[in-house]
Amino acid sequence: MERQKFEMFFSLGSIFLFLLGMLVAFIAIPMLGKEQLILVIAGAILILMVLSLFISLFFQSYIVSAKRLAEDMRVITTVNPAWRTDVDGPVEMRKLAGAINAFAERYQTVLENQAAEIERAHDELEAEKKRLVALMSELTEGVLVCNVEGQILLYNNLAKELLSHTPESWTSSSAAGLVGLGRSIFGVLDRSVITHALEELTYRTEKHSAYVISRFVTSATNGQLLRVAIAPILQNSQAINGFVLTLEDTTQHSKSSSRRDILLRALTEGVRSPIANIRAAIETIEAYPNIRQEKLNQLYHVISEESLALSARLDELTTEYASDIRAKWQLEKIPGSDLLWAIQRRFEDKLKVSTRSIAAPEPSLWLQVDGYLVVQAATFLVRRLKKSFDVDAVQINLKQAGRLAAFDIIWESSRVDADTMWSWQNQILDSNSDGVSLTIREIAEYHGGEVWYQRDVDTGVAYFRMLLPTTDPPPARRMPVVQSSRPEYYDFDLFRRAGKIGSLQSQKLSELTYTVFDTETTGLDPVADEIISIGAARIVNGRLLRQEIFDQLVDPRRAVSPMATNIHGISTDMLAGHPTIEQVLPAFHHFVEDTVLVGHNAAFDMRLFQQKESRTDIRFTNPVLDTLLLSAVVHPSQSDHSLEAIAERLGIDIVGRHTALGDALLTGDIFLKMLPLLAERGIITLADALQASKETFYARLKY
Amino acid sequence: MAKRVLIVDDEKNIVVSLEFLLEQAGYQYEIARDGREAMALLEEFSPDLVLLDVMLPHINGFEVCRRIRENAQWAETKIVMLTAKGQEVEMAKGLALGANAYISKPFSTKMLIQKINEILEDDGTTKV
Repeated sequence: MERQKFEMFFSLGSIFLFLLGMLVAFIAIPMLGKEQLILVIAGAILILMVLSLFISLFFQSYIVSAKRLAEDMRVITTVNPAWRTDVDGPVEMRKLAGAINAFAERYQTVLENQAAEIERAHDELEAEKKRLVALMSELTEGVLVCNVEGQILLYNNLAKELLSHTPESWTSSSAAGLVGLGRSIFGVLDRSVITHALEELTYRTEKHSAYVISRFVTSATNGQLLRVAIAPILQNSQAINGFVLTLEDTTQHSKSSSRRDILLRALTEGVRSPIANIRAAIETIEAYPNIRQEKLNQLYHVISEESLALSARLDELTTEYASDIRAKWQLEKIPGSDLLWAIQRRFEDKLKVSTRSIAAPEPSLWLQVDGYLVVQAATFLVRRLKKSFDVDAVQINLKQAGRLAAFDIIWESSRVDADTMWSWQNQILDSNSDGVSLTIREIAEYHGGEVWYQRDVDTGVAYFRMLLPTTDPPPARRMPVVQSSRPEYYDFDLFRRAGKIGSLQSQKLSELTYTVFDTETTGLDPVADEIISIGAARIVNGRLLRQEIFDQLVDPRRAVSPMATNIHGISTDMLAGHPTIEQVLPAFHHFVEDTVLVGHNAAFDMRLFQQKESRTDIRFTNPVLDTLLLSAVVHPSQSDHSLEAIAERLGIDIVGRHTALGDALLTGDIFLKMLPLLAERGIITLADALQASKETFYARLKY
Repeated sequence: MAKRVLIVDDEKNIVVSLEFLLEQAGYQYEIARDGREAMALLEEFSPDLVLLDVMLPHINGFEVCRRIRENAQWAETKIVMLTAKGQEVEMAKGLALGANAYISKPFSTKMLIQKINEILEDDGTTKV
């Protein structure tokens, strides 16, 4: 713009001078001879030419140089103190450039000294961090820390392994979750189970209970059966600020445990009948010595048949289950009052059924149960009662009954249909939100308990009773101390971050979550060529997370052009057997969920994705930022906006180029370095950045 | 007049002994091999006592017990439940549902007949 103004100004000046010359000539012509006239005109033209040459030289030497100096200066003072200006031109400009470089030299020294100080402090922190990382990776349990909104702030590798989906499960599970900083835990674990546990913990915290860990068994979205312990993270007040989850794989454990159950049942219940038959037959023979021959033969036959069957069964069991006799599966120990409270809350809040507890359970009454399952079972029954018989008030009671605890749901109703009640026990609790695929009877059996329905005809009082196992109260445990140091996969700053407010557009660039990505292709035509590799990494809270990556080769089902192979080194035969774009794109789409996409020359990649829309049914609607355009925004006077040139300008080491992941990571580093430069130009929000990109010249480049 | 006992059990090997013992003890008996047959015979045979196994095909013993207790016509019918599970919770359930006695397998046949005698001699006012 300014350059144009200058040129216009000088052009107008020239025209003015030309007109002046013409006027002088007009007045002077009659006085001059023909030769003199030619001389004057030639002189005027010469003067004009010299003048415009002078103007052009002046512009090149001073204006352009000054502007480049300003840009270089900005680079030095913001992102790359090692940058030196190489502006050439008149003596004054060279002197200025020399002064700037001298300043840069000193500035760099100051910064380096400062950096050394910071590094020392950082090293100490790093050592501490490494210790915690080591500790985390040594743990035999998966660990995750989340804020109250369920955003993951920290995780260890085992947690990631336990919860992640393998490439094989991509296509089958569209709702597949991912473990990553800032991602939601509810993508990988059932929301209702965690919410229930948190409610329970809040209650226990409020009553200053020493038991502040809740345990449950749940299946992750990848199908893995996990045993989970959840502990709250408290603020100075008693408010829960977040929670720690520890995860244990129980698929194996539970398989062997249920086999053990079968064995145990086979050995106890399985032999009761045959022994009863044998015993009855022997006792009968003994009691009646004069028994008639025909009956006697019958009884002998029973004895021989049953004893043979018993022997065979024992042999079979010992060989089949020899390996399964191990430790017993543990249910959670919880105080009876906590369970009753959870059930009451659930009835009142979720079902709007007025619930009264007949008597507070004895403090010494502790149950050994899966609290979640029991609450779900009770909720299921009352939901049905309300729906089928309009019951809107119930009483609940929990009391010791011998070695067991009896939990009752009691209500008054004249309209009762016992058959229906009984049939409920065999229905699956599949109410959409809860996702428990067990029947009430199975839940009772799982606990070694029972459940039944009864009604007193005279009073019209009906109840469901569930017998549950009890246990001795455990010794009190102290709360786990959460380290404040920062292990590998952490971001405790997310603790302070408010939930997503407003649209992405108005959010600050420094606070958004990004996916930097790149693709490699069979060639350079976005319409005809195919994707052969996608690499991506996430930027959360201004940090490029090198461990949260997407790195996948894709079988393009066509040949890679030799020219392309020369660039990225991937040949056709290296791609055989990898997933196809139809499999990879949905997974990638899921990976980039809720983030802003950042790519270098992103228009090319987006065009490639767009080509696949109809075939994969995947549309990328994320906002997209292009580092090529942003570079043109921050350095409009530079002509080279290639990845290498930008990296060099911003002082970024180039490693691992020309793999999709390598380029994506480089793009990420570049993008982060650009943020302060953008801010300097008043580009603060995503909307600002998108607008500025649109306005740059390169935006007009269409593929 | 001889009292009537309905044996409900799908295990023929226990029935071999039970039928003989009941006969010797002076009872009239009928045999049902599952829950459905039991319900039918309850109507036809109107037993004084039902010797009821828990693990039955179609309708299980608890269910049969409940249905008997729901019907006023059989209010006086005694129920002795037999089970091969022998767990405390089941016993509690059986008794809660109105069984007069609950016996787990294996059992003493002498005790069983004694129990049946006791229950049937009793007016039915006391439950065991």
